[in-house]
Amino acid sequence: MNTASSDLLTLVFGIFGVLIFASAIGYVLQWRFAAAGPNAAVDNLNARIKAWWVMVILIGIAFIAGRAGVLILFAFCSFAALREFVTLINTRRADHWALASAFFVVLPIQYYLLWAEEYGIFAIFIPVYAFLLMPIISVLRGDTERFLIRIAEVQWALMICVFCASHVPALLTLTIPGYEGRNVLLIAFLVIVVQLSDVLQYVWGKLFGRTKIAPNLSPSKTVEGFVGGVISATLIGASLWWITPFTPFQAGVLAFIITIMGFFGGLVMSAVKRDRGVKDWGNLIEGHGGLIDRLDSVVFSAPIFFHIVRYWWSLS
Amino acid sequence: MKIMIAEFAAAAFVLFARAITAVRAIWPEHGLPSRPCVYFANHSSHGDFVLVWAVLPPRLRKQARPVAGAEYWLKSKVSTFIGRDVFNAVLIERERENRTQDPIALMTTAIDEGSSLILFPEGTRNQTDARLLPFKSGLFHLVSARPDVDLVPVWINNLNRVMPKGEIVPIPLICTVTFGDALRIAPNEGKDAFLERTQAALLALAPKPLGSGE
Repeated sequence: MNTASSDLLTLVFGIFGVLIFASAIGYVLQWRFAAAGPNAAVDNLNARIKAWWVMVILIGIAFIAGRAGVLILFAFCSFAALREFVTLINTRRADHWALASAFFVVLPIQYYLLWAEEYGIFAIFIPVYAFLLMPIISVLRGDTERFLIRIAEVQWALMICVFCASHVPALLTLTIPGYEGRNVLLIAFLVIVVQLSDVLQYVWGKLFGRTKIAPNLSPSKTVEGFVGGVISATLIGASLWWITPFTPFQAGVLAFIITIMGFFGGLVMSAVKRDRGVKDWGNLIEGHGGLIDRLDSVVFSAPIFFHIVRYWWSLS
Repeated sequence: MKIMIAEFAAAAFVLFARAITAVRAIWPEHGLPSRPCVYFANHSSHGDFVLVWAVLPPRLRKQARPVAGAEYWLKSKVSTFIGRDVFNAVLIERERENRTQDPIALMTTAIDEGSSLILFPEGTRNQTDARLLPFKSGLFHLVSARPDVDLVPVWINNLNRVMPKGEIVPIPLICTVTFGDALRIAPNEGKDAFLERTQAALLALAPKPLGSGE
């Protein structure tokens, strides 16, 4: 067994340990509050923990399946996220072909480019080619009503759900000296830090949260939750340096950047939800809401993390 | 053999509809009636009854039969197979002049045999900006003949955006199917009052338009 898979195994056991611990707490809470009748907060917590088991197992299977597995998993995430996003935007019949090509042409090409490791075109395909071609497809139908809003929303949906999300599996294409064959652990590092930061912000907020940090955007987010979550997630990130090509200090700095981007990503996506008048992006993941509700912070941190690692560590 | 192909095709339709729309049902407070009933829904796309069908629990799905226009479904061999064998539709003739069979009699026979009906009382697909077209009188004539049958309003949301008329490629969008509490015709209720009440019950299930803020 090489070091990548033995490290991955250690990581998986660690995550299972955390999940077993969380499930046990959820079970005890349910048992203690059972007498007081149904408790929505505890039920939601348990639904969330159950969904975490499913998500961890799915990602685990993708990691075992290798590059193809990871690409297919994230292509499906992009598909489901784009579906949630487009459901909420102002489309008109004239956008039909533009939207159909977003789902069935642009998305597959973006992931194919990752598979073919064509970094040059991967990095500009959606920001340049899709950006120019999609409005052309829309304009051919001759419907000018709210035209700017429509084309801008479709482009934004593609940037968030496909372009940014595809930067998670893009970590596999980096060539880091002394880190060959271990890139999948970079994905694990990014996803673990972002998601733990979300969870810890929630936990710190529930325990000590008093001061609302953005009452207009996200009434559940507090200053105490934010500070506690960012500090603890940064420390956990630093302590995961052994699965990365970084020193403990570098791992901490990167984890800090990831958590900050994730936090503000969550705020931006909350504002979009408010604008559209919905509470959740969808209902795909029980207890969490839609896929974008879980993915929003990953989407904002992935491209930044990718480019920092690519610039300072990677040869390709 | 034919039955197997039909069952396989039905499963494929449901799977495809689910993959594209991730369709989710919203159930009424008091649950669905377990006896045969009439589901009446808004109509904006050919896929409408597939969605209703897809979200119904298997036991209720087996007894549910869509009511559809015979002229449309009996046009070709393939569509006849899909209409008759795959979806087991009650095919009625919509044009009054050349009718050979009474649509109401066909529907009551199906109910008497223990089937539920999926009915689109607007009579045709709604291509307008109005949320609902005025109901045709068929629903009223049906319940006049069978006044003790439960009527379940069903609002299908977003499917018109997935595949507007004339398009061949569906756009993946999340759809919901909202079931309301069952209602019945009141004794001595007139046609206009009844149709107005059923339309209102259906419209009450429609979600508020997007972007209306909070």
